[in-house]
Amino acid sequence: MDKIARIDMGAAGGPKVTVGGLGDYAGLGGRAMTSLMVAAEVHPLAHPLGAENKLVISPGMLSGTTGSMTGRLSVGCKSPLTGTIKESNAGGQAAQVLARLGYAAVVLEGKPATDDIYKIYINKDGIQVIMDNSLKLMNNYPVIEKLRKEYGDKVAYMSIGSAGERKLLSASIACTDPELRPTRHCGRGGVGAVMGAKGIKAIILDDAGMKMRPPKDPEKYRDANRKFVEGLRKHPVTGEGLPAYGTNVLTNVLNEAGGYPTNNFKSGQFAKASDLSGETQAALEISRGGNATHGCHRGCVIQCSGIYNDKDGNYVTKQPEYETVWSHGGHCGISNLDTVAKLDYMDDNIGVDTIEMGVTIGVAMDAGLAEFGDDAGAIRLMEEVEKGTPLGRVLGSGAAITGKVFGVERVPVVKDQALPAYDPRAVQGIGVTYATTTQGADHTAGYAIATNILKVGGDVDPLKTEGQIELSRNLQIATAAIDSTGMCLFIAFAIMDQPETFQALLDMLGSFHGIEMTGDDVVALGKKVLSAERDFNTRAGFTKHHDRLPRFFYNEPIAPHNQTFMMKDEELDEVFNW
Amino acid sequence: MIITVKLFASFRSGRFDIKSCEYPPGTTVADVADSLKLPQGELGIMMINSRHVKLERVLVEGDTLALFPLLGGG
Repeated sequence: MDKIARIDMGAAGGPKVTVGGLGDYAGLGGRAMTSLMVAAEVHPLAHPLGAENKLVISPGMLSGTTGSMTGRLSVGCKSPLTGTIKESNAGGQAAQVLARLGYAAVVLEGKPATDDIYKIYINKDGIQVIMDNSLKLMNNYPVIEKLRKEYGDKVAYMSIGSAGERKLLSASIACTDPELRPTRHCGRGGVGAVMGAKGIKAIILDDAGMKMRPPKDPEKYRDANRKFVEGLRKHPVTGEGLPAYGTNVLTNVLNEAGGYPTNNFKSGQFAKASDLSGETQAALEISRGGNATHGCHRGCVIQCSGIYNDKDGNYVTKQPEYETVWSHGGHCGISNLDTVAKLDYMDDNIGVDTIEMGVTIGVAMDAGLAEFGDDAGAIRLMEEVEKGTPLGRVLGSGAAITGKVFGVERVPVVKDQALPAYDPRAVQGIGVTYATTTQGADHTAGYAIATNILKVGGDVDPLKTEGQIELSRNLQIATAAIDSTGMCLFIAFAIMDQPETFQALLDMLGSFHGIEMTGDDVVALGKKVLSAERDFNTRAGFTKHHDRLPRFFYNEPIAPHNQTFMMKDEELDEVFNW
Repeated sequence: MIITVKLFASFRSGRFDIKSCEYPPGTTVADVADSLKLPQGELGIMMINSRHVKLERVLVEGDTLALFPLLGGG
């Protein structure tokens, strides 16, 4: 990873590729690369779909090595959904392949003069930008099917569906999994719309003839990786729970804790949650000849995903995640896993964020566009998005826009990004993260659920305010660092509980670069990333008054705990005070 | 006294999902786990009536006790 490619889509005479050294960005990867570059190079008041915005694609610092769990790819830009800086990361094969091709970043710049669409082919010999209008308005599954005929199965694909081409604010960027299904998405913040605005439909990554990235100290790296894998295998969350049930094991947990937002955040418990649970889902997948244990990229030892088949044993989609099962399920009063799976497939195919899309449908239900619990109604609304009708474009632009268009007061967003699957009134810690993260409401930015609800990595009372600010601060710092390494965030469950596994991670980072890494170095990296992101947001016009939840969380208590969000504004303002 | 016990994830194997159980007054969460042969080291999340509790918590008539192994996701 010793070069950065810049592709100017607005160059006179057509797209122009420039490959250069790392310069000021040496040593960076993942979120550190995308956020520092966007903060330094994108005008904070740029229109997110305009020539001044850039889409930065970067594998993590350890991606493309023999290290386990290193397959996260970061995409960064100014978000058309939130107006803030954005980093959205995904699994799949793309990060490993791009890293082995030697690119620390591929940057899409400028604005095309025409409405032609292009694909980018990257292999050992360089980069080609090829016009291909035959792909216009195709969705992700058919696009990959078509590209496979041309480029084969030994490559990784990134693509946008029709939503990205239409520049919908919930549009995602798909990365293919090991079996070349476009199921792993940089989902949040409308990054797919920015790729669409650059006129790029797909990126084909071909690492034939390239080798694994070599560590500076191969023996130490191998030893550290072995200890790291041992640690993941022995921790109950990463070694047992996630492989067996996937992330959706949380449905029963959050429902039991009264923090499962139901019918657009009107209750903290859903009477039919059990029908949607990870336990039910895993049993169903196995009974239909699917698979409840599947990795999104080669080298994953957690294998939290799976394959969801229909009753006849035909592939429908990958195992829907907890957030998806919630957003399309309980949030909309829907309890049928087959409906959720169909909607998950449609999200992946059209290329939209499952959280934003599901939350939007719930808001639309509050507006009367369908009844809560109306499976067919939810599918009908998604079909509007697929067709790109005026209604579909409103819905595909997210919960905030939809709430405004239809006059809904209860719109669960922060900085116009939809809240994920944990009610901040029943889990105060996650509310701190939703309110203050640089990204708009995002659970992964500082996953306070771990200590508040799961009792992993500590124990903080979810119904009280004490300790939540410090917790969210520390998690946000650690997450910004992990998101830069290329490591899947789920390693956090093991490294928070097992010091030797955290040490193994430090040793992997250190031995790869031939240096000593300490916990302080990781904290410093996390702070550097967050500071750059905060600075961008400040220059883009965001103030502390944007670091708040919607008022209904302060005014409407929610059952069963009958509590509101109780964190004081002055407390929230202390999160980044380090 | 009658309490409702809910088990989740791997705890269900060879046991049950939900059951009304009779226990003597003074029964703690640890006592219930022992009676179900759930090793205390494997207990991750324990809730009574949707609130987290510790092993030594004493149950009362009508409580709903939920027991999970250590779990994660997101």
